[in-house]
Amino acid sequence: MYVFKFADMERYRQAGSEKMDNHYNIYICGVGGQGIIKTSTIIGEAAMNQGLDVVMSEIHGMSQRGGSVSTELKIGGYNSSIIPNEGADMLLSFEPIETIRGLDKVNSETKIVFNTHPIVPSSSDKAYPSVDAITKTLKENFKHVLPIDGTQLAIEAGSVLALNMVLLGAVTADDNFPLSKESVIEAMKNNLKPKFHEMNLKAIESGYKSIKG
Amino acid sequence: MNLKELVTGVQGEKQFLLGNEAAVRGVIEAGVSIAATYPGTPSSEIGNVLSVLAKDANIYFEFSTNEKVAMEVAATAAASGLRSFTFMKHVGMNVASDSFMTTAYSGVRGGMVILSADDPSLFSSQNEQDTRNYARLANVPVLEPSNCQEVKDMVKYAFDLSEQFGIPVIVRTTTRVSHMRGVVEFGDVKDNSSNNENHWKRGHFDKDPSKFVPVPAFAGEMHVRLWDKMHKIEEITNKSDLNKEISFDDDKKYGVISSSSAYNYAHDVVKFNDLNMDILKLGFSYPFPKEKVAEFLSDLDEVFVVEEVDPIAERDTLAIIGEKNLNVVVHGKLDGTFPLYHEFNSDVVADGINKILNFKQDTSLAYSSSLEELSAEIPSRAPVLCAGCPHRAMYYGINKAIEELGLKTSDVIFASDIGCYTLGINPPYNAADYLLSMGSSVGDGCGFSVSTDQKVASFIGDSTFFHSGISPLINAVHNKHNFVLTVLDNRITAMTGGQPNPGIPIDGMGDEAPEISVRKLALACGCDYVRVINPFNLEQVIKTYKEAFERDDTAVIISKAPCTLIKGLAKKPPVTFIESNCNNCDKCVSELACPAISKINGKITLDASQCDGCNVCIQVCRYGALQAGRE
Repeated sequence: MYVFKFADMERYRQAGSEKMDNHYNIYICGVGGQGIIKTSTIIGEAAMNQGLDVVMSEIHGMSQRGGSVSTELKIGGYNSSIIPNEGADMLLSFEPIETIRGLDKVNSETKIVFNTHPIVPSSSDKAYPSVDAITKTLKENFKHVLPIDGTQLAIEAGSVLALNMVLLGAVTADDNFPLSKESVIEAMKNNLKPKFHEMNLKAIESGYKSIKG
Repeated sequence: MNLKELVTGVQGEKQFLLGNEAAVRGVIEAGVSIAATYPGTPSSEIGNVLSVLAKDANIYFEFSTNEKVAMEVAATAAASGLRSFTFMKHVGMNVASDSFMTTAYSGVRGGMVILSADDPSLFSSQNEQDTRNYARLANVPVLEPSNCQEVKDMVKYAFDLSEQFGIPVIVRTTTRVSHMRGVVEFGDVKDNSSNNENHWKRGHFDKDPSKFVPVPAFAGEMHVRLWDKMHKIEEITNKSDLNKEISFDDDKKYGVISSSSAYNYAHDVVKFNDLNMDILKLGFSYPFPKEKVAEFLSDLDEVFVVEEVDPIAERDTLAIIGEKNLNVVVHGKLDGTFPLYHEFNSDVVADGINKILNFKQDTSLAYSSSLEELSAEIPSRAPVLCAGCPHRAMYYGINKAIEELGLKTSDVIFASDIGCYTLGINPPYNAADYLLSMGSSVGDGCGFSVSTDQKVASFIGDSTFFHSGISPLINAVHNKHNFVLTVLDNRITAMTGGQPNPGIPIDGMGDEAPEISVRKLALACGCDYVRVINPFNLEQVIKTYKEAFERDDTAVIISKAPCTLIKGLAKKPPVTFIESNCNNCDKCVSELACPAISKINGKITLDASQCDGCNVCIQVCRYGALQAGRE
């Protein structure tokens, strides 16, 4: 891992060029079925509604069958929908060990927000590491490590299925995130059934507070 | 977004669309009347969306039994003056190729567009073949969109081009284009109102055997006409705005030629590293725009050709350099600048260009050894059969039957096929030893049974059986081959996201349709031994396989139970785990490997939220630790 970095990362990071104040790359990862694609789509639609350039990459098909899933979302004048190594502003992880798998995209300034509730693979060659050890090791190496018990917050909001809304709320709490919480909520309402809106709003709010305090 | 907006959306409206959804909007704007496909990732969502929208959009849509049939449905529609669309994954082109090749000769009257989605890095495919080779083989034009807006616009343009020259047109995407999401601005919609009592328009086939019947006398003339069309189209590719120069600098020493998703990476690398190179983006890449490329090369000393999968534009560029006697060095896949396989990204493209220009600085971050250790030790998370998947029960049962017959694993060859059940390759099932293509498990059973003394078990899904399993089954019976064919009939085309197939009583537009019986087909093919089993009844599964393996003919077992992902299935209560009964024999984990059961900190743990209540684990546990849940 960690094989390549752009010659001038600062330039790259600012490179939304025409809209350089609004560039933002989010790498979202987790396990198939956790609502990762829907979360990314909501952010993307909110970005479009705010008049920003946005591209997103997602993987469907075989990788959905309980395997690792990731999406990449880039706001600002990018053509490529894939985030370069060390090019993410935020790593949003739905599951502890998937955070580790996503570290190629992280640099020293990246915000690392991750759900601490593990999903243990049913058959695997290796033992699942302790979540405390993961958190400790991440904090040793990165400045902005933000673990949250998203699964618990989702249950408190009404359903474990609201995990993606908790994490969506957490994204909007980052000061550098170029979209307003309101526009993200608007996009959520446009993408999910009205009967879940109240629960989702609760989940978004608790995710937001878990970061903002 | 509500999918209906793909139909009702007006010119100028913007939506955040998946590449495949953008393709559907392009089809709607082009006024298509007939569309047909066989589902294949990364093109599947086009069919899923058309299936929902067909009636609102005045389109007849079908999931054909295979890509060749889909190609024929589209070709005849276009020959009858209608606009028609067929789409598939790259390997679908292999199945469709026999009819596709001749469609290039006979041509079309209404516009006909073929979208073929390549899969660099094989996210869900058996190979990385490049659709652009098919365009050259058949000699038809190719458009290569790089983003969602271009997918919509190029699909629409492809219909005009096809109609203007009477030739089918290929739109080639890649996974990263089909599964990219981006902002798409809608254009105007061409009217395709129905002219009859059906929801789609009817055309008329005006007979002309010299155009549509490729007997040798006519086909020779057709080939001449095809070249005539392609020479005229080459004049267009040389002028087309789809082949455009993106200018970054006046320093003309280096340049880039690129297309499709690879262009996105090349663009970002050049732009964000100030590489001072102009890029020639090939959106209309075949017939190769020779004059435009030659003009681009004329100022350059060296050029990077950035393309995914095969070095096709690179070879064409080299040919022009030779033809025009230019003095330009070409860097691409052939000289080792870029990899010959797997998908690109900005890092891969930057690494390649760096080999020549040496512009990168090494600024790698340093991490603690504990992080390196942690990274090396995280458990893998490969795709698995879902909790409650009927395939798991069948695989468990066949392995037990083999064991009870006293056979070794090496005595039985497992010929697998294309579908979720290919995941049977994973331990503990280890039930995939050989695989070629859709339907190959049946032909492979024929070959292995005459080439070895090993037992052969072939596995094929219901949809794959209809796609291309029937003719090899006839072959098996007629030629007296000896193997056990399992049709894993889970009542859906599961791996691609749950499309209907001829085995269920519903068609691609959601209407009722005749259900084709796999059992009756097997009987009609001449099989003497045909059994339908419930895979969740392990005793029945094991007994049936033992019986079938003892035979010396082609035995067919239909393992019939619905995919657990089918919406609207009745929910069954999750299994109850009684820890005090658990003997830690680990059979439920090591032999069944259901994702709802895992061993955490030395203890068996059942995740009730994942459990589907299939109750197979109850039949595996000898100690009564797993018991049926109550309603």
